[in-house]
Amino acid sequence: MLEYLAIIITAIFVNNIVFAQFLGICPFLGVSSRLTNATGMGIAVTVVMVISTLVTSLLQNYVLVPLQMEYMQTILFILVIAALVQMLEIIMKKVSPALYVALGVFLPLITTNCAVLGVAIMVTQKGMSLTQSVVYAFATAIGFLMALVIFAGIREQLELADVPRPMRGVPIALITAGILAMAFMGFAGIG
Amino acid sequence: MNFFKTIYHSAVLENPTFVLLLGMCPTLGTTSSAINGMSMGLATTGVLICSNAAISGIKNLVPDKVRIPVYIVVIATFVTLLQMLLQAYAPALNDSLGIFIPLIVVNCILLGRAEAFASRHNVASSVADGIGSGLGFTVALTLLGACRELLGSGSIASLSIYPESWGALLFILAPGAFIMLGFLIAIYRYLQAKSTKKRQA
Repeated sequence: MLEYLAIIITAIFVNNIVFAQFLGICPFLGVSSRLTNATGMGIAVTVVMVISTLVTSLLQNYVLVPLQMEYMQTILFILVIAALVQMLEIIMKKVSPALYVALGVFLPLITTNCAVLGVAIMVTQKGMSLTQSVVYAFATAIGFLMALVIFAGIREQLELADVPRPMRGVPIALITAGILAMAFMGFAGIG
Repeated sequence: MNFFKTIYHSAVLENPTFVLLLGMCPTLGTTSSAINGMSMGLATTGVLICSNAAISGIKNLVPDKVRIPVYIVVIATFVTLLQMLLQAYAPALNDSLGIFIPLIVVNCILLGRAEAFASRHNVASSVADGIGSGLGFTVALTLLGACRELLGSGSIASLSIYPESWGALLFILAPGAFIMLGFLIAIYRYLQAKSTKKRQA
């Protein structure tokens, strides 16, 4: 139990996927101008990340390793993620149209979210067991959701600030993210 | 459009890092030094040229509906090739770039150029676009890496400029990447606005 707690805290705070590992920056900058969008994106990523990590680590352990085809990892994983996202979109449309309206627009973007593929590859590199992988994926996604929500909250305020013209938009957002990353470095001692 | 005009257009006017803001993850993640940034840029450029050429070559054979998955598979194939080449001939580089090598697959620059350029132009101009975008990306990464290395450890490409103890470690660490990139984009925008103003006057 303690081992899982350590994985969760490390993945959310110490090794935050956005601020410490630089993955998922595109949606982090692209979908963070409104708090509602940020929450939707974060939840969609959480769902996709957990399911795709489960499927890819099963494939890695029971297909690629026995066949000694580990070099196919990148191609196989990205195809699985793309197919999964597509499937999730279709299922969501049928089962819960309301949820589809809220989260559907973010789903196609997730295929090229490097955080999803990144986590899938990282858990195989770290040699985590299946449960560990899923817990790690879930915690990482929560870390992403948290980073996105905090950042969106700040950016909504930032729009009101009087910033020099060339710094408007992305540059000031990046500098803000840098200061946030500094705050997250304070967690470094916990791990 | 001729070959060199396409290169200039893709590298400067549509610079992937400073203008289009694509491929931010490797931009921030691999630029702790100038050499690392440049290697990542060159690796991406290699894949980009190959994938642009291949996609432009097969564009008439691929049905419109399945084009994105096909593009992804083409890109993933070249990335896997690159991964194997690096493991065989440059294991040290492979270790220092780590997870960002397989993640070239999901670099938005590759899919973006495939969709926006290679699927509409012939092979030669697609190669030019690959060279241009790749070059723009490489220069941006090298510049960011050099600035971070200089401020953080007082050297550029491991050549010492001033004593390391004067450097601000912050710029080598994660926050420095965000802050430095923010300032570089702002400077690029300022210079671009100035040059368009000059042209209008």
